[in-house]
Amino acid sequence: MSDTVDEREITLAVNGVRCTRTVPTRLQLADFLRQDLGLTGTHLGCEHGICGACTVLVDGCSARSCLMLAVQADGCEVTTVEGLARGAELHPLQRAFWEKHGLQCGFCTPGVLMSLLELLREVPDPTEAEVRDVLSGHLCRCTGYHNIVASALAAVVAVKSGEKI
Amino acid sequence: MKPPAFAYHTPGTLAEAIALLSRNGNARVLAGGQTLMPMLNLRIASPDHLVDLGRIKELAFIREERGEIAFGAMTRQREIERSELVRQRVPLLAEAVRWIGHRQTRNRGTIGGSLCHLDPSAELPAVAMAMDATLRAVGPGGARDIAMKDFSAGFMTTVLAAQEVLTEIRIRPWPAGHGWAFLEFARRRGDFAVVSVCALLQLDATGCVERVSVTLGGVGTAPVRVAEAERALTGRPCDGEAIERAAKACATVDALGDPYAPSWYRKRLAETLSLRALALAAQRTQRASR
Repeated sequence: MSDTVDEREITLAVNGVRCTRTVPTRLQLADFLRQDLGLTGTHLGCEHGICGACTVLVDGCSARSCLMLAVQADGCEVTTVEGLARGAELHPLQRAFWEKHGLQCGFCTPGVLMSLLELLREVPDPTEAEVRDVLSGHLCRCTGYHNIVASALAAVVAVKSGEKI
Repeated sequence: MKPPAFAYHTPGTLAEAIALLSRNGNARVLAGGQTLMPMLNLRIASPDHLVDLGRIKELAFIREERGEIAFGAMTRQREIERSELVRQRVPLLAEAVRWIGHRQTRNRGTIGGSLCHLDPSAELPAVAMAMDATLRAVGPGGARDIAMKDFSAGFMTTVLAAQEVLTEIRIRPWPAGHGWAFLEFARRRGDFAVVSVCALLQLDATGCVERVSVTLGGVGTAPVRVAEAERALTGRPCDGEAIERAAKACATVDALGDPYAPSWYRKRLAETLSLRALALAAQRTQRASR
């Protein structure tokens, strides 16, 4: 291999903000978000697709950002945890996690929130089984998942009472 | 834990992709990335060239053609899971796809990628084997069709040449009224299957088994069609005794052993799961014909 770095220019929308950058083709989407854009809410736990901490939404679908190259997100809309809150106001999902103690160290939480956001947008009234099925793609070492499920179900209540997600 | 350097290519057509694979040694195809990206991140794979098929729109489709359901190799598992056509015509596949990994990986993972990776415990190769799927490969010399039973060249190796691209998977649906079941045992939901079973049953008007397909995943380097189990059922009344005999045949299959699950355990799982799967398939047959 030569010493020149294989690079491409990409343009994508991240949390609604369009950005254009030139990136190495081997750069993971997760590292692009964290390092190039400073959006460190997306976490890297395992870098082989198992832990779920890196989960973001790409064109509305949850995806492991450690298993995508940044160049593959060219032309896409990416949503990260930083895109949830509206200014100083917590997103209903975040508020539910706050109220139901759905996080301790918070490392897995951003990924969990993005997966739950995808679920609630698709299925406004999911069963607990459906919530747990979505959560099966996330590893949490702190909570035992119990309060994560409770937070998700509390968010469902908020959605049913008309809150926008 | 970061990918090594490579030259990245985004061909817009299949012909371009094949040309890239032919021109460049040590080139890998990138499909859904759910298997190759971990390998790159862990530096288990170090291709000099990465040929991303993601921009070739013609490679992603689900359609009915000449009595078969055809899947473009780049079709995301998510689309298969949500396809009404699949749910109605290939219910075994609709059931199996929900067991693959997690929602987040199914959003990106593809049917072609799974088949080419050929993990012994993967669900899609097992269904393809159960249903005698036909795989189309295109290379510099043209296209060829490969029967699923001829696709494996050994442990996680296919018969595809380095310059060939898997483009399409075709499955002939079983007739309406057939029974099906996909069952899998894994330590946790989403883990690799220790053993999986695909069962397909077609009964005639007298309730005898006209056609049956029994496939085990996780026991061999590729999914195994258990001919002895199928013989135990074909032409016989579809009753508990016949199903038990078929399940016992499944327990005699040579099973891989590893520290995770020894051979005897996989054989025991094979028997129990095939008993349940055949019973479930039988139930579904009777329900359909009522």
